[in-house]
Parts: sequence; C-alpha cells; structure tokens
Amino acid sequence: MDGALHYEYNVEGGDFSRAGYASSQIKKVLKGMNIDPGVIKRAVVACYEAEVNVVAHAYSGAVYFDVESNLIRIVFKDEGPGIEDIELAMTEGFSTASTAVREMGFGAGMGLSNMKRNADRLNIKSEVERGTTVEIIINI
Amino acid sequence: MKVNEIVRVLDGRLLCGSERSDYTIDVAFASDLMSDVLTLVNDNVLLITGLANLQTIRTAEMSDINCIVFARNKKVSQEMVSLAEESGISLIECRYSVFRTCGLLYQAGVKPVF
Repeated sequence: MDGALHYEYNVEGGDFSRAGYASSQIKKVLKGMNIDPGVIKRAVVACYEAEVNVVAHAYSGAVYFDVESNLIRIVFKDEGPGIEDIELAMTEGFSTASTAVREMGFGAGMGLSNMKRNADRLNIKSEVERGTTVEIIINI
Repeated sequence: MKVNEIVRVLDGRLLCGSERSDYTIDVAFASDLMSDVLTLVNDNVLLITGLANLQTIRTAEMSDINCIVFARNKKVSQEMVSLAEESGISLIECRYSVFRTCGLLYQAGVKPVF
C-alpha cells in the first residue's frame, strides 16, 4: 500500500443527474490501488447508497474519502432535514423518499441496511433540521 | 452466454460495447429496483430492467455489472450511452416484456442469481 490518500467531493441535494459521480471517482481511485475487488465493491456500494441518500434527502453535502494503511474511510456530511429516529430509519422497508427518488429506482427503505451489510463499521449521527453525518469504514 | 448471443436471442439492439461482445455472462437478475440490484454479490451478472435512467447505469457501475438489457421497449438516452461507455458497460435495447426476456434467456441457458 502506498501512503495515505485523501479526496473530497461535493454532493448536491436533488441533482439526480450527478448522483453517483463521487462514488464513481472513489471507485476509480480504489481500482488503481492494490485492493481486493470484493473489498472495493463493498466500499463503493455502501458509498453509492450514502451518496443517493444525500441527493434524495439533503440540501447539500460533501464526501471525505481517505485510504489509510488498513482501512477505507468514507464520510458523508450533509446539511438537510436530518433523521428523526435512526433506529427506525435502519429498519428495512422504512422510507421517507419522494416519488422522484422512487422513479430513480430507490426509496424502498433498503439503503441504510445495505450500507450496514457492506461496511465493516457504520456510524450515523444526525440532528433534525441541521443534517446528517454517515461514516463508512471498510477494512482492507 | 456471450453478449452478442444475448442480442441475437432477444432480437435486441446493442447500443454500445460491441468491442466487448464476446464478454461472457454467467447469471441474470431482473429488477426495476436498483436497491435490490445493489445487494447482489455475484460476478458477471446480466441486469434485465425496465428502468431507463442514469442511475441504472451508475448502479451497474458500482455493482460491477457489465451488461444491461432494457426490456419493455424502453429507450436509452445518449447521456446513458456516454456514461456506460466510460465504465465499459454494454447496453441492449429489447422490445419484449421483462417476463418474455427472462424466459428466452432462461431457455437459452442463462442461470438465475438465486
């Protein structure tokens, strides 16, 4: 493994034409490193679900992506409505997504549980009417 | 099954990825819900869908899916083709329903994911 890497990307709320752009860039970086393809897939799937959530629910946000010697850390910080009840939001099938989000093939209440399944650690902090921070850790 | 055989079986139209038409598919999955596609752990999956938008391509990119069949006569935009080309994903338009598409591919030997 080379030295530690750090990248940042903006994620705009509501802009579905760009949803997935940051995850795509992150995937390209990871593919250029000596990392197992299965690990890369888990990282980018969790990352993409989180990015779609920011686009679907928040006003604006950013993703901070770090590769350290033994882990991948992806942190999404958004300004938005926040999550009132994180435990409830983690329940498969629970969703507050709009029709527009559902028309994109999402909004079935599977995003957070899919993130949890793919991440080695998932930390979610949220403040109602302020925003949400989602930290995804993948061991290399 | 190779991509060019899929095109033949479905009487479909290959929109991009002709240079990779000998790429081989092991299994197929049909869904309009991209969240379900993102739960797959298999490799070399063919995605059959009636959902034609940019997120279909993005989902395939994240899931390492290299070929998508758009059934129900759904039309693929130029923007989708450009994004698919960037990621090396073959796109096929097909006028059959998802059910018929799946039936023809199953009959031709393509296996289900589960």
